[in-house]
Amino acid sequence: MQFVQQMINGITIGAFYSLVALGYTMVYGVLKLINFAHGDLFMWGAYLGLTGLNFVLGLMTGASAWVILPAVVVVMTTVALAGVVVERVAYRPLRSAGRLAPVISALGVAFILQSLARNIYGANWKTYPTGITPTGGFQLAQGVRVSVMQIIVLVVSFVLMGALYLFVQRTRTGTAMRAVSLDHDTSRLMGIDVNRIIGVVFLIGPGLGGVAGMIVALYYGSFDFTLGWVFGLKAFIAAILGGIGNIPGAMLGGMLLGIIETLGSGYLSPQWKDVIAYVILILILIFRPTGLLGERVAEKV
Amino acid sequence: MENFLMRLRKVNVLWWQIALVVLAILVPLPLGDYYRSVLWRTGLYVILGLSLNIILGYAGLFQLGHAAFYALGAYTTALLNLHFGVPIFLTYPFSILVAAFFGYVLTRPILHLRGDYLCIVTIAFGEVVRLVLVNNLFGITGGANGLSGIDLPSLFGIVLRAPIYHYYLMLLFLFITIFAVQRLQNSRLGRAWMYVREDEVAAEAMGIDTTRVKLLAFVLGSGWAGMAGALYAGRITVISPDLAKFLESVIMFSIVVLGGAGSIPGVFVGTLGMVTLPEMSRPLRAWRDAWLGFAMVIMMILRPEGLWPSRQLQMEIRSEKEEALPALATDN
Repeated sequence: MQFVQQMINGITIGAFYSLVALGYTMVYGVLKLINFAHGDLFMWGAYLGLTGLNFVLGLMTGASAWVILPAVVVVMTTVALAGVVVERVAYRPLRSAGRLAPVISALGVAFILQSLARNIYGANWKTYPTGITPTGGFQLAQGVRVSVMQIIVLVVSFVLMGALYLFVQRTRTGTAMRAVSLDHDTSRLMGIDVNRIIGVVFLIGPGLGGVAGMIVALYYGSFDFTLGWVFGLKAFIAAILGGIGNIPGAMLGGMLLGIIETLGSGYLSPQWKDVIAYVILILILIFRPTGLLGERVAEKV
Repeated sequence: MENFLMRLRKVNVLWWQIALVVLAILVPLPLGDYYRSVLWRTGLYVILGLSLNIILGYAGLFQLGHAAFYALGAYTTALLNLHFGVPIFLTYPFSILVAAFFGYVLTRPILHLRGDYLCIVTIAFGEVVRLVLVNNLFGITGGANGLSGIDLPSLFGIVLRAPIYHYYLMLLFLFITIFAVQRLQNSRLGRAWMYVREDEVAAEAMGIDTTRVKLLAFVLGSGWAGMAGALYAGRITVISPDLAKFLESVIMFSIVVLGGAGSIPGVFVGTLGMVTLPEMSRPLRAWRDAWLGFAMVIMMILRPEGLWPSRQLQMEIRSEKEEALPALATDN
């Protein structure tokens, strides 16, 4: 029974990883760039969510779970716009400068975002206002429990991921995204506005990341400015695990990483769980750099 | 006449070098202990930067976990000194060997990776080393608090306590480093590194054993970072797993990249910007990460070859840019 409980917890954490991993994988798909700043945009989602919630709670009397909704919308929009700004300022001028200059630039943006968060919000742990997170849960069996919050996390993540999948597969913009990820020049010849598509990717990825940041903060209750780095690196590992550039791969990789990590910390030792994740990354890159689903090149975005 | 000018130029370089050496020896004398410590720290990061420069600048391998080897060197010194009472100076060779050994073991399996993939793996290795130190593997690393009570180095019965002694100790190793790196740069091995950096396939076709050459870069660079770690442990006498944290690796990385990859004066310039300035100005210290990030973004956009680049690399990047220009024009 402990195993089933671990799986449920693992899938919940995996859902977070998947949401963040999607941002990495989509950007990698269209720009072949490791967007180090993505983890810190995600962290900003957590901080902006905190500010937003406190603002909304200040306007009304009595706490209710519904204040989360407007806050989520605000966070999603703000972080998505921030993602677009980052792309304009730090990546677009480097579009033709080889593959490494943008990576260094991305690392630079990550440090700027992290430093801003630490200097604005302070280096100590932040807690979300109590009384708004839904509590309670269902006892499935002896020793197996699913909390309402876990159900919400899973439903929200799967809806978002499903919507993204349909968007990429079925819409014109989604098709254009897949084309751009294959070849910029040919896409341009086919009449696709490559810069606009890249802009769309930088709206969607960080938007999802921002929502994930807020949900993670709600789920755990507290966080600090290192959240983006730790979680971002894990999510990136998830993206590599599934095959970077591949959208279903990111979802699968996130789930797998969450499960492996939870099982590892449950059965081995919690303090080694980060090491497990890094070792997975190293092994994957050594033995199968394309990731689990990496061979389906035609599906790349 | 031309001959004379050439000779003058040669003499000039030598005189310049002598003047700089004399300046480096004299400069801490009128300063207080605080500034002597700042100078020591600057020198230490120049040594670290030069060691990373072998890997990143010459061989073009993107090592973002260099601080791990710095930490391994410091821990080797600390453990030998604390458990076996080995005098600090005698631990230096062991620190170099341990760091070089791990440089070999950790990088051997990942040598075939390139560019951004190598970046990610080295980040993971750095984090693994840090977490192993934090988690107190074998119960000898002291966990998150690290190790304290390391002896100061002593020479002929004199304990080197004052910052000025450490400054000169560091300076000695800095001179050795610069001399060694300069010799390496112009050696057969150094030319092979640059060949690998420019075009690995062509290098291999010309008969260069690229695996061996890249491995040597990692082993030498890592070993020398271990040396810097030993210097640190003998000066500060308290060490913690923070030595291996990602920020340290990024500081070293940006010292090399922003100063100018493959350039020895570039490493000095990079260290001034990334270590010395934040050390001396309080607001810059609070915003150091942002300053670091800002410098990285701006430099990549405006001057990707670094502030004081090696002439060779500068020409290459310039020519790449010109080749890329038509593409840029159609892009917008």
